[in-house]
Amino acid sequence: MAGVRAGAQMPHLSKMERVVVSMQDPDQGVKMRSQRLLITVIPHMVAGSDLVEWLIQKYCISEEEALHLGTLLVQHGYLYPLRDPRCLVLRPDDTPYRFQTPYFWTSTLWPATELDYAIYLAKKNIRKQGALVGHEKEHYGQLHRKINHAWDLVVTQAREQLRAAKQRRKGDRLVMACQEQTYWLVNRPPPGVPSVLEQGPERSSCTAGQAQMSPQGLPSNCSPPGPFQTKNIDFYKREMELCRKALGRARVKSSVCLEAYLKFSSQRELHDPIMSGCLPGNPWVTDDDTYWTMNAPSVAVPTKLRVERWGFSFQELLEDPVGRAHFMAFLGTEFSAENLSFWEACEELRHGGQAQVRAMVDAVYQQFLAPGAARWVNIDSRTMERTLEGLHQPHRYVLDDAQLHIYMLMKKDSYPRFLKSAAYKDLLAEAVIPPEAKKRSRLAHRVFPFMRKLPHSSPSPALLPAATAGGPECGEGGA
Amino acid sequence: MPCVWHKRATAVVVHQVAERVEALGQFVMKTRRTLKGHGNKVLCMDWCKDKRRIVSSSQDGKVIVWDSFTTNKEHAVTMPCTWVMACAYAPSGCAIACGGLDNKCSVYPLTFDKNENMAAKKKSVAMHTNYLSACSFTNSDMQILTASGDGTCALWDVESGQLLQSFHGHGADVLCLDLAPSETGNTFVSGGCDKKAMVWDMRSGQCVQAFETHESDINSVRYYPSGDAFASGSDDATCRLYDLRADREVAIYSKESIIFGASSVDFSLSGRLLFAGYNDYTINVWDVLKGSRVSILFGHENRVSTLRVSPDGTAFCSGSWDHTLRVWA
Repeated sequence: MAGVRAGAQMPHLSKMERVVVSMQDPDQGVKMRSQRLLITVIPHMVAGSDLVEWLIQKYCISEEEALHLGTLLVQHGYLYPLRDPRCLVLRPDDTPYRFQTPYFWTSTLWPATELDYAIYLAKKNIRKQGALVGHEKEHYGQLHRKINHAWDLVVTQAREQLRAAKQRRKGDRLVMACQEQTYWLVNRPPPGVPSVLEQGPERSSCTAGQAQMSPQGLPSNCSPPGPFQTKNIDFYKREMELCRKALGRARVKSSVCLEAYLKFSSQRELHDPIMSGCLPGNPWVTDDDTYWTMNAPSVAVPTKLRVERWGFSFQELLEDPVGRAHFMAFLGTEFSAENLSFWEACEELRHGGQAQVRAMVDAVYQQFLAPGAARWVNIDSRTMERTLEGLHQPHRYVLDDAQLHIYMLMKKDSYPRFLKSAAYKDLLAEAVIPPEAKKRSRLAHRVFPFMRKLPHSSPSPALLPAATAGGPECGEGGA
Repeated sequence: MPCVWHKRATAVVVHQVAERVEALGQFVMKTRRTLKGHGNKVLCMDWCKDKRRIVSSSQDGKVIVWDSFTTNKEHAVTMPCTWVMACAYAPSGCAIACGGLDNKCSVYPLTFDKNENMAAKKKSVAMHTNYLSACSFTNSDMQILTASGDGTCALWDVESGQLLQSFHGHGADVLCLDLAPSETGNTFVSGGCDKKAMVWDMRSGQCVQAFETHESDINSVRYYPSGDAFASGSDDATCRLYDLRADREVAIYSKESIIFGASSVDFSLSGRLLFAGYNDYTINVWDVLKGSRVSILFGHENRVSTLRVSPDGTAFCSGSWDHTLRVWA
């Protein structure tokens, strides 16, 4: 039972198990050999280096990645080092490892019970007094107090298991002891070692919520206020609605969509600092924040790349305060600045506080929509009629239709004209192309990163009433 | 159900165009900053619009605001609960939001007044009936979108704490959400333990599209920069790309050697690269268009729980259960 739960909640466990199973494949698996340990011969051992090599070949990965994956397998208890069992690390040398028996797999026995742990510690204690190490002693004491009532059972079980083990061959006994030890190293890690089994706060999943009929008499628009949806009539009604919507939806061919990604990503490639770098230099790499100063939200002279971006889309232009300001000025020359102002006011309404909704709707109406308004916006009659209707019951979305109409007007009409205008062309011509920063001595940068003066701080937005506007700094700061 | 035939036709569609795309050259990204200061697992982080400050939250209830460029801590507050799984920076840069096992989302204004205790001005905004898994401010400081283990998402008015809209439809815990960068619409996507990614209309509360091809919990969702698609990261060790106009999955980013879940994904500015943090302590970098892995980044010593690209795309930050955050560039 517990195993099923573990597997579902931790899909990586079953995947790891598949890996170790294929590692043990007689034909395609890792080379196995026997190893002498003290006076006993242990069969079915694998060398760390062979494990790493196998992973590299099987998954076409680098040695670093193979080592990393192999170490995770060891840390989760699927492999254990025979010689130094407490050191759960994969060494790429001839260190011998063995595969954990499925009986002790994390998914099989997880979560480990306190009773089992008590029996294990008792066995250790009985077998050799003083064999318990620090944290084990503590746990042993705690468990003794906690399940005191069942302690006789613990001791009996421990003795019984030890007796049964004595009847096995020495080699088998050794192997079983190692397997059990590995299991407990994973499930009860020593202090300082993080538990690989920790998953964070519990999540409920779909499998937990079985289909249930809603109680008789519940109105159809009322779903039970439980932690998540039980699959009642409402659930299926919603599913059907979703399907109906999906069937009716006009779909675009995926090849067309992919073309769109190609176009979008290649257009933006030069504007992507991680892909193409940025001038004068990436602040995180050079410790110099000139790039940010030159691209501040309200800088006097924007950079060339920035001005180019305004031509990518109307949204891009509006999102940039400098771009928006220039666009507003342009609209002024065409006597249609009220359109942008109206759009801005609608945005404020949509994203503003709930308490201000009524007042803002009123203000927008007075300024932009009322007959004879100071900054009257030209909306088609049908939209205007609908909007005025809606104003009787003002809410934050009441101006959506009008806002969209004006937005599309600007996007289809004013925006293309702006891009063709002399104003925009001048902006492009005057825009700054930052030179690449002087290359610092690479040695100094690498060897003495802490000897450099700390990069200077910038004021937090929370400190000032508005975003700072600064001209580009001369020289390089913070070096 | 439409999703059924999607499963049969799950050929990795992105390969259709892959040949026409130039392969990326050698990829070198290093840790440029390591932020140490959390005493326990880092669970979530978010960037400030100023491109350098971040807020991070951890298992022990600590929420820290850093200037990650200088690595200085600027603010710290201890929440009255553990496992603060969600945190977000306000667009103005003047406040942060966070929540977790307290089932709430609280907003803290950021103040530099030495005499003022940050916790004193705390505002309790959202109330769920289970843990808070994700939160995000919308276009302003005045609205917050939350996702919760109670299976719902909700939109709240910050000032009054009023519930503006709730979103029902997930069959299990909702683990993540992301707002669409759309110019006109108000939509967002959420992912949950029911293996579904759902796209919602913020205005009506209706689910407009749903995708169900993952084989396990969806830990992270993030829109492609154009807003026409989104990526998801799941416990099934894959990341997938879903196109909204084609209404289907169009790419799977997976490799046989990657067997641990992806906890957090984000795109580079152009959308060409997808960075994904995994529970095996690594970060894999995927070529979104070719469907192949570009690089694997080692460094963290425990699972990567959160990953975000900075607002101007110059770097990305990862947070981990190893108590640290790293900025990579």
